[in-house]
Amino acid sequence: MHTIKDTWTMTRRSLKHILRSPDTIITVIITPIALLLMFVYVLGGALESQAGSGKYVDFITPGIIIFSIVSGIAYAAFRINTDIQKGIINRFRTMPVAPSSILSGQATSSTLSNLFSSVLVLAAAFAAGFRTSAGLEEWLLFAALLVLFTLATTWMAVFFGLQAKSPEGAGSFSYILMLLIFLSPSFVPTSSMTPVLRGFADNQPFTPIIETMRSLLTNGTAGNKVGLAFAWCAAILVVMYALSIWQYKRK
Amino acid sequence: MKPAITVSGLKRAYGKNAILKGVDFQVESGTIFALLGSNGAGKTTTINILTTLIEADAGSATVAGFDVSKSSDKVRQHISLTGQFAAVDDMLSARENLELIGDLRHVKNPAQTAKELLSKFDLTDAADRLASTFSGGMRRRLDIAMSLIGGPQVIFLDEPTTGLDPEARKSMWQTIKMLAQGGTTIFLTTQYLDEADELADIIALLHEGKIVAQGTATELKKLVPGGVIKFTFSTVAQLENAAIILRKDFVVTKADNTTLTVAADGNVKQITELFIRLRDSKLEPASFSQQVPTLDDVFFKLTGKKEEKK
Repeated sequence: MHTIKDTWTMTRRSLKHILRSPDTIITVIITPIALLLMFVYVLGGALESQAGSGKYVDFITPGIIIFSIVSGIAYAAFRINTDIQKGIINRFRTMPVAPSSILSGQATSSTLSNLFSSVLVLAAAFAAGFRTSAGLEEWLLFAALLVLFTLATTWMAVFFGLQAKSPEGAGSFSYILMLLIFLSPSFVPTSSMTPVLRGFADNQPFTPIIETMRSLLTNGTAGNKVGLAFAWCAAILVVMYALSIWQYKRK
Repeated sequence: MKPAITVSGLKRAYGKNAILKGVDFQVESGTIFALLGSNGAGKTTTINILTTLIEADAGSATVAGFDVSKSSDKVRQHISLTGQFAAVDDMLSARENLELIGDLRHVKNPAQTAKELLSKFDLTDAADRLASTFSGGMRRRLDIAMSLIGGPQVIFLDEPTTGLDPEARKSMWQTIKMLAQGGTTIFLTTQYLDEADELADIIALLHEGKIVAQGTATELKKLVPGGVIKFTFSTVAQLENAAIILRKDFVVTKADNTTLTVAADGNVKQITELFIRLRDSKLEPASFSQQVPTLDDVFFKLTGKKEEKK
């Protein structure tokens, strides 16, 4: 089958797009690092007491990584939608190339670039005093969850990119995801929220993902929500992949 | 030889809005076929069905011998589509655009293919510039070059010259003729009558979702009466004499004091006969001109567009 070769061809194309657009690089790398530094040095003093006994930078690093991924995947939606508006997608759709190759190219490049920015955010966190007790096993589990989360949200971006009416509107779904980050224990524990918000925050998909990542990095254990975290990511991935392929064929 | 495209009873609606209301035509291999129609006639919808982008509601169509809805993968192996707006990747150079399609079409040597097409389409100097810096004509050339990779049997061109300046338009016409000479079947849509006249072996006139006429440009022009020959004479006396002589066998009208209009469909025999009659009577016209019906006349007659304009 040509599918793998075609996916690689499309991934290379998309990576060129990313490397040739400086604003993508700035948003995906500079913004999360700035956010990290702001939370640690500006808000950190006020929020630290809320976040329990540990250092605040340890508390928020998983949330900042998730934030950087969510802001990065919006570009995948933008790129897919630009291809639609410019008619390039129609060129691909009239060629003997599998839908999964066309879309996976975007998904793979987006995942690679987001993992790269996650590494940079982690490096910045270490520089700001972040310390971990995670061993190799925890790091591997953390990386696996991070990759799965990135893939799942990237396919979400692909779907919304196919769905949107304009490239500008394509990334707007990511604001909802950002809202979900704030309505999770990313920056403050849910116990400090009002009861209604807390009920929501405790049961939304970002919560087990953030808590598992934090538990892996700070406590050195996976915690009791690791199954739920992986299940949410896998479920989102499967649903969004299926919806994207369906939407691509339907267009 | 099997026809390259067959279409029968094709229907398609968007919601309650019927775009195609039963379209039939056939395109022979190796010919240029023009689907002519004004905006909104259903040209792009037809091309989208034939290139497997959308499905028809009813009817059937085959391209390169394969059913567009049942064997769309097979169809895709034999066609290429150049859409209304040049579908090139702005963030890649001309060379990278060509290599991308070469990779996806699995040609043996994408780099070599790209190099040859760059030179064929006069893009070698601009090969490594981003496509976003290209002029409209260059983008179109790159677009067509990308469509040729992998040697498709049938090339679909949706309004290939819309938005091009006259020079770029002429050069696009040359390219299309060159492709057809190589044996490729060309299906193009256009709203320009002169373009269909210049390029197409067969023209089908699409109006409000139906083919209202189909044939060669010459055949279509016969659908409207009104070919005329105009003679001018240097004196009124000569004109009067000529009118008397020609009136025996022709429909003659005096346009003004020096011009005589004779109804004639333009065939050589008829014109020769006219000149023989005049010579035999020692009448020598000062000038002569022929007016044959244009595709415009056909178009206006069949679509009633002229009425709307009034």
